Amino acid sequence: MTQHHAYLAADPAVATAADSAVLSNAWLLIALPLVGAAILLLGGRRTNGWGPLLATALPIGSFVWALLALFELLGRGAADRAVSVPVYEWFAAGDFSARIDLLVDPLSISFVLLITFVGSLIHVYSLGYMAEDPGRRRFFAYLNLFVAAMLVLVLADNFVLLFLGWEGVGLASYLLIGFWQYKPSAATAAKKAFLINRVGDIGLLVAIMIMFTVLGAVSFSEVFAAVPGAGDGVLLAIGLLLLLGACGKSAQLPLQAWLLDAMEGPTPVSALIHAATMVTAGVYLIVRAGPIFEGAPVAQTVVMSVGAATMLAGGLIASAKDDIKKSLAGSTMSQIGMMVLAAGLGPVGYVAAIAHLITHGFFKAGLFLGAGSVMHGMNDDVDMRKYGGLASKMPITFATFGLGYLAIIGVPFLSGWWTKESIISAAFGIGGTAGMVFGSAIILGAALTAFYMSRMVFMTFLGKKRWDEGVHPHESPVSMTAPMVVLSIGSVALGGFLVFGDRFAGFLAPAIGAEPHHFTVGHAFTAPYGLAALAVLVLGVALAWFMYLRKPVERTAPKGNLVTNTARNELYGNEINEGLFMRPGQVLTKALVVIEDKVIDGAVNGIGAGVSDSSTGLGRTQTGFARTYALTMLLGAVIVAATLVVRF
Amino acid sequence: MIPLNLADGAPPALHGVTEAPPTLDWWLLAPFLVLFGAGVLAVLFEAFWPKGSRRTLQIALAATALLVTFVLLVLQVEAVGDGTTVGNGVLAVDRTVLFFQGTITVLALVSLMLIAERRDGRDAFSAQAATVPGSEEERTHILAGSQHTEVYPLVLFAVLGMLMFPASNDFLVMFIALEVMSLPLYLLCGLARRRRLFSQEAAVKYFLLGAFSSAFFLFGIAMVYGYAGSVNFGVIRGAVESGGAEIFQGGNGEPLLLMGVGLVAIGLLFKVGAVPFHNWKPDVYQGAPTPITALMASCTLVAAFGALLRVFFVPFGTSAAIWEPMLWTVAILTMVVAAIVAVTQRDIKRLLAYSSVVHAGFILTAVVAGSVEGLAGAMFYLAAYGFTTLGAFAVVTLVRTRDGGQELGDLDKWAGLGRRSPGLALALSLFLLAFAGIPLTSGFIGKFAVFEAAVSAGATPLVVVGVLSSAVTAYFYVRIIVVMFFRDSEGEGPTVARAGVLTGGVITVGVAATLALGIFPGPVLDHLVPSGEPGQEPTAVMVDQVTEDPVDE
Repeated sequence: MTQHHAYLAADPAVATAADSAVLSNAWLLIALPLVGAAILLLGGRRTNGWGPLLATALPIGSFVWALLALFELLGRGAADRAVSVPVYEWFAAGDFSARIDLLVDPLSISFVLLITFVGSLIHVYSLGYMAEDPGRRRFFAYLNLFVAAMLVLVLADNFVLLFLGWEGVGLASYLLIGFWQYKPSAATAAKKAFLINRVGDIGLLVAIMIMFTVLGAVSFSEVFAAVPGAGDGVLLAIGLLLLLGACGKSAQLPLQAWLLDAMEGPTPVSALIHAATMVTAGVYLIVRAGPIFEGAPVAQTVVMSVGAATMLAGGLIASAKDDIKKSLAGSTMSQIGMMVLAAGLGPVGYVAAIAHLITHGFFKAGLFLGAGSVMHGMNDDVDMRKYGGLASKMPITFATFGLGYLAIIGVPFLSGWWTKESIISAAFGIGGTAGMVFGSAIILGAALTAFYMSRMVFMTFLGKKRWDEGVHPHESPVSMTAPMVVLSIGSVALGGFLVFGDRFAGFLAPAIGAEPHHFTVGHAFTAPYGLAALAVLVLGVALAWFMYLRKPVERTAPKGNLVTNTARNELYGNEINEGLFMRPGQVLTKALVVIEDKVIDGAVNGIGAGVSDSSTGLGRTQTGFARTYALTMLLGAVIVAATLVVRF
Repeated sequence: MIPLNLADGAPPALHGVTEAPPTLDWWLLAPFLVLFGAGVLAVLFEAFWPKGSRRTLQIALAATALLVTFVLLVLQVEAVGDGTTVGNGVLAVDRTVLFFQGTITVLALVSLMLIAERRDGRDAFSAQAATVPGSEEERTHILAGSQHTEVYPLVLFAVLGMLMFPASNDFLVMFIALEVMSLPLYLLCGLARRRRLFSQEAAVKYFLLGAFSSAFFLFGIAMVYGYAGSVNFGVIRGAVESGGAEIFQGGNGEPLLLMGVGLVAIGLLFKVGAVPFHNWKPDVYQGAPTPITALMASCTLVAAFGALLRVFFVPFGTSAAIWEPMLWTVAILTMVVAAIVAVTQRDIKRLLAYSSVVHAGFILTAVVAGSVEGLAGAMFYLAAYGFTTLGAFAVVTLVRTRDGGQELGDLDKWAGLGRRSPGLALALSLFLLAFAGIPLTSGFIGKFAVFEAAVSAGATPLVVVGVLSSAVTAYFYVRIIVVMFFRDSEGEGPTVARAGVLTGGVITVGVAATLALGIFPGPVLDHLVPSGEPGQEPTAVMVDQVTEDPVDE
């Protein structure tokens, strides 16, 4: 372990005690939205009227509390900013105790602020978006639950509590994606998200078990303190399993398939999942578990490779989809892939990854809310080929969406540029072949981003009208536009605020053992990679302009070539999943069922149904089965005898 | 019991043979005596008490007996200290045994609430079990309002057997306990009011297979006796350590021990329902009256596992190398086969039966651990699972077909239940999530405890299988939740009977226990189940043999 981990490695009790009312009551951050969910779910119809308003007020309360906590932290010395907040002891098994202790440090408070701020805005937006929905009380309850679970995840000071939040996020996302349960596609999407996430969860769970058995601890400080003494194989195994967990939640290859289907949920949910919660959990996990990955360079390389592959795959999918939300979902995959890549770079990349995560939270939330606003005006049509020329009808949406667009493609001095440049310079900064490969990959990803985002804006807001008959686009109500305006301000200015003068790096780096990394503005315009990034930006926009603005857009998708079709089919991710996991699983199940059902149970089942009608049929067949059962027991006796004699 | 005189000449030092009359600690025997006395009294009531008020009296007697038993058990906790044996060392009384007995008593009380529940004046039991199903005679009895109040004494005797089973310190007593527990259950299984042939078929199957497994068990006892020269657990333990009874000092006793361990194991594994001795479970759980299924799924499982843990940890505790590979195999088979087969089950009771089989597999991983931690994990798991499964079966009794009013097991027809009775569906969802081991439910803590014990005992591959298996089970539990909440009912859905005070009480207890043990498991983990050093031998907390001083008078 290198020196910059002294903070974590020195002593498990290094986190200082909470000494102020704000910090020692940090559990309120989680409790407020959790109480909201409970009141709305248990209160029933009585809360229909004021419930959504309460549910909106509570995350705002959490945000205010988080702001106070931030000021408390800033008032402390840089070395004392990790504060441990004991809440209660959950259970102890053996000499192991799962306590609920919260860890308020610069990393967790950054996430808390992002989650509560963007989350609150999405609550406000939902007041307008879901105004007509009969299930809005339930919807707001689930939103609160989602926020609370995500806060548990980032505030946990040990892996078990983190896992609890992890599962809570999985449950809440399942409920929200399947919110319009009467739509079979929504129910299927929810199930898919849940199942794929379970695969990742198993990775995380097994990682925790290995930590506990081999390292003898599950709390962050103790685990990281034990890292230097652990074997390479153990660290590699833990690292890869944690990555599997991160892949599930953050929709990284090969567990990406649920993310595009998850668009079946109401649009605010997409914004919440993609911007502030859920998909960011994987990046959080990798950065938080940084010391483990630093001890396992191979795992780090795998992390970077997965991130790079997902970044490019997401970019391709986003470039081919005509569904505005699915295109944005591909974009999320791509951007999160970039953050995972940055997190895999090690200490040099942590700050850049988290900074990009935060700015991305703002502009991606803005883009999703903008997309929702467009759909609101277009009778919930999501096909961009039927949009066009909406800029004049929806000026506020256009303006805010446009600013988010400029930010995400990395126009200099907007939020996305600062943080993306940080990642690019960090990637090239590691040097060697890896630096070149991954740095170039990010630039390629940036080119794709410029292309697909321009395509989206051109097809939606510019060009000719291609609306269906009877569609009368209109601007959305103020409860929807106001959050978009707030988010667009963040899209413009937040990146500069965080990166310029290394403000965020100075705050975050000591806490997570990141290397202080200086961002020089001039460098971004003089270094070859900075220039390359600008060049691909222009190139991407120009190509999109050529294909989607200069040439008229057809109302039906033209026949594509192999690449386009592959991308439209989400790189055949679903087919691969089905072929590799689903079908063999089904075959195995069927085979065992045949053994159990046909040989032993089949007749009983068949007869069982007819028992009430036909007692004679039962009488005839009854005796045979007990005999078969007895035969099975005899077989069992043989197995028992065999395993007793031949002890393996 | 009097061991055979194996060697000529001077009789060997025989355990338990004394000329003095046995000294019995009546206080420690009181829980058994109360239940036994109540059972006998209940039989007399059946014979002599007038019909009209008999049912109320029987319920009151059974409930009082169980309550008094529970209070006695609690009072004994402080008194037993490190544990002791009673009745010439045939029964063990220590905190582990008392925990099992207390759990069984409470679960039996809750089951009794389900058993006593009546709807439209009819309970879940046949009006007159001796009549031919569908006959005129049966109709007459139904119209006359006949009822089987014999159910209550039968339950009392079964619970008596269950209390003795995990407390046995002697193989013959254990066998008697097994039969005292099982025989009433065979009868109770055949008493369903509806689908009577189905119920009787289940009872006969259960009986035949149970007799088969008892034969294995008994034959195993004979082998162990041959090997150790005694049926007392403490003596057997000593004999296993020293390589068998005196005549085996040459070192050729192992085949007898192997046969003994294997055959006894088969008998016990049948009772807990591990694969491949599980076949009876789905049929019996489905056919039996649901309140009886609830009793079997909770109390019988606890008792059977209590006995299994005792047998493997005490008499066979020093021969773990012999039986561990066997239990590994059985545990893996159980977790894998049952989980996969359960995926395609369509009937809720069959599904819960397979679920019970999978859970037995999970608990077996704790037996393989062979440590105090494993014992504690299994104890917590069993208590947690008992309450959850009671609640789940209570829900099953409420969902009924629209026309006949009988229970509706077919899960496909449960679609839309979440909209019609959200409270009930929510409760069932909680139980299912607990079965799946989702955090904040008791199921998670239980699973964590047993898996943690298995991992620290070096059985990591077993735990990997367990985690994978529980992922599969999560699929079908969640599928039920999806059916209830996210699918529209085709045509007429099920009716949901209004939960009476008793059934409602059972569901409430189930929900409360599932949540309480999931969120605040501390008190139970810290004070009720044993906590030992890592890797500590279970005999540290399980008493085997106490040299009872003959009373000098």
